[in-house]
Amino acid sequence: MSQDWTAFVYLIASVCFILALRGLSHPRSSRQGNMFGMVGMALAILATLATPGVENFATIIAAILIGGAVGTGIALKIQMTALPQLVAAFHSLVGLAAVFVAAAAFHAPQYYGIGMPGDIKASSLIEMSLGAGIGAITFTGSVVAFGKLQGLVTGKPLVFPGQHMLNLGIGILIVLLIVWFTIGQPAWAFWLIVALSLLIGLLLILPIGGADMPVVVSMLNSYSGWAAAGIGFTLGNNLLIVTGALVGSSGAILSYIMCKGMNRSFVNVILGGFGGEAAAAAAETGDKSVNSGSSEDAGFILGNAGSVIIVPGYGMAVGQAQHALREMADQLKSMGVKVRYGIHPVAGRMPGHMNVLLAEANVPYEDVLEMEEINRDFQTTDVAFVIGANDITNPSAEDDPSSPIYGMPVLKVDDAKTVLFVKRSLSPGYAGIDNPLFYRDNTMMLFGDAKAMCESIVKALEEQ
Amino acid sequence: MATNVDTLKERAGDVADSARGLAEQAEALARSLGDLPARAAEAGQAAGDGHNLVIGLTVFVLAIFVGYHVVWRVTPALHSPLMAVTNAVSSVIIVGALIAAGPGDFSFSQAMGLIAIALASVNIFGGFIVTQRMLSMFTKKK
Repeated sequence: MSQDWTAFVYLIASVCFILALRGLSHPRSSRQGNMFGMVGMALAILATLATPGVENFATIIAAILIGGAVGTGIALKIQMTALPQLVAAFHSLVGLAAVFVAAAAFHAPQYYGIGMPGDIKASSLIEMSLGAGIGAITFTGSVVAFGKLQGLVTGKPLVFPGQHMLNLGIGILIVLLIVWFTIGQPAWAFWLIVALSLLIGLLLILPIGGADMPVVVSMLNSYSGWAAAGIGFTLGNNLLIVTGALVGSSGAILSYIMCKGMNRSFVNVILGGFGGEAAAAAAETGDKSVNSGSSEDAGFILGNAGSVIIVPGYGMAVGQAQHALREMADQLKSMGVKVRYGIHPVAGRMPGHMNVLLAEANVPYEDVLEMEEINRDFQTTDVAFVIGANDITNPSAEDDPSSPIYGMPVLKVDDAKTVLFVKRSLSPGYAGIDNPLFYRDNTMMLFGDAKAMCESIVKALEEQ
Repeated sequence: MATNVDTLKERAGDVADSARGLAEQAEALARSLGDLPARAAEAGQAAGDGHNLVIGLTVFVLAIFVGYHVVWRVTPALHSPLMAVTNAVSSVIIVGALIAAGPGDFSFSQAMGLIAIALASVNIFGGFIVTQRMLSMFTKKK
């Protein structure tokens, strides 16, 4: 296939990718969008295979099949609760692939038309080292994020003195090396840039606490895009540049939305260390009294309510309570109660995670509302049913300037006439902050396992 | 009369001189004209290099704008599928890996390319399939 034709097919593939993202504006068009994505990818691969220099088909197809089989196996088996880990792991692979492609371009630039070994154009060298560096940061950063989400690495922020100075020093060193590499193009400089970038990926993500993982995962999503764009510039390939820019801006927007959901600045998240000051806040809560109730009490209150808003958090997913919860909601609906769900932007461990978990449990899409859509309705709601959530309902985010989460937008469950709070114990939430809601008069704590509680509430409702 | 002849001779000589000068100039001009195509090619190449980078940047910046507007229109409920699908799509980096792995003779860059192909393939298949699984949950009918 001639160069013009390849470029033309790449253009079609780029449009397909844009349509794939465009399709996600509504669930109805989303599956068609995903098809566009697959078609675009197939076109891009076939067009590249048809270029004159590519003749090693057997090994290439073997590599695609091996990778494809592994990917398919993982994607079919993965639990939806483990989605954030999966996405983090996938990001690491894009990062690593970017490093390898940059290395290949450095050792055999003639195949890409950017010069001869040892005599590569300066602009290509800069783009190459940027692509490899961002790819390496994405790789180790995603591996750490995966470890934290999977519980292999402690979710606590890992901080040590001089951390920021060390990171800054390494950052400056990388920039100097890129300059050095562009001038003399020695191979050692290339690999040193990669090695230092791998190190800085580790150092950047280790100090970030588990509660901030939604931001980190979105940020790494963005990085994997910028790495692809960097490689696209190196190879003079518009398809890679377009795709990299799309993915990069998408990840950046998601990071912004997550930061806003936690009232944190991006810089504040990146510098890390959040969640360490929890002990002091939790200590003073010893002698306050709480109302606690049984599942029968809860069933009575819910059964007599006119409207209920369910506020689920990640704890619900951990307890695998989503199906039992949906049964409870169905039972209430059959009794004529209006049931809706209110979702906080950071209710799960990644953007939109809670929506997927509810959709998996057959909760209708129309019943699930975002925080801004539903927050005003709590005032006219009889019961707010909080399950597995804590920080995202904490009123001290609104009225206590000394709280670490002050200013964070929360679901105003305390505006409802009654708040039912399903929780294992009074322990503070994921971010380690106490919730004054537990001690209010109109709050009833339902202590127990989320799934068992929902099941026994269903039983209590059936007996009414 | 003789003086007239002499002046005529002189003038003729002058004319001949200036004609020679003209011829020389013409020759020089012709020579420089001959160089022109080569020089034009050189200039064109220099412009072409700069042009590629500028075209790349143009495409890059415009694509960021497209991405910005398209992504803000994505409904928040579908942010997880968005991450999964962008992750799958960013594996289009496989295109670069295919070119490295393409040549028949075995080399270091080919090995790099093949590893990158396998890694990107995990992502392409895994990413699109997991996205499809999620989206089918949102659209299934009861």
